[in-house]
Amino acid sequence: MGCASVGSMAETAQPLADLTEISTQVQAAVVLDREGSVLAATLDDERAGRLAASALELFRAGDERSEQELVQLDATLPDGSVFVVRDGDRLIAATTTPEPTVGLVFYDLKSALRGFGEEQKPKRAPAKPASTRKKKDASA
Amino acid sequence: MRPRRAFAVVAAAAGSAAGAVLLRRRAARGKARVELYFADGSLVRLAQGAAESERLLLHARELLAAARS
Repeated sequence: MGCASVGSMAETAQPLADLTEISTQVQAAVVLDREGSVLAATLDDERAGRLAASALELFRAGDERSEQELVQLDATLPDGSVFVVRDGDRLIAATTTPEPTVGLVFYDLKSALRGFGEEQKPKRAPAKPASTRKKKDASA
Repeated sequence: MRPRRAFAVVAAAAGSAAGAVLLRRRAARGKARVELYFADGSLVRLAQGAAESERLLLHARELLAAARS
């Protein structure tokens, strides 16, 4: 079994909150990196860690099947479906209700992952304000 | 009489076709499967029962259980 680490807290990032609000089919979602560290989740830390570990194992097992790089997968089970999408070094894994609209779920997951990436980008340092320091008086 | 017979034949054919579609859908619904999408646009579909799909489906079941436990 793969190992997933959960940081101090698996926050529910805004894109994930939006995802579960927009898509009624998505029940749970986790964003993780390629080492299995949870970056954000809609679940508590413990479940998020287990979900991330299983998602990573699933994705790696699927990736081994071809020389081509795996970009996304879905697994359909009688009691629900599982989706994993990769974008760069990040993955998003989600579970859904049975018989979801596959194309729509993939679209929503990709949007959420992209949104998460944008949220994580280091914000540009604000331009240095013009110095307000008073020049020392020559007389001082 | 002829039109009535022709109608009965058409109705029977349409009914059996609809029944076949429904049966097929119901059979497909119960089956587990995995679909893998690769960077070159290729798709690999693995149905339940294939030896190579079992490992993937096992992880998928674990994932679903982890989310729901």
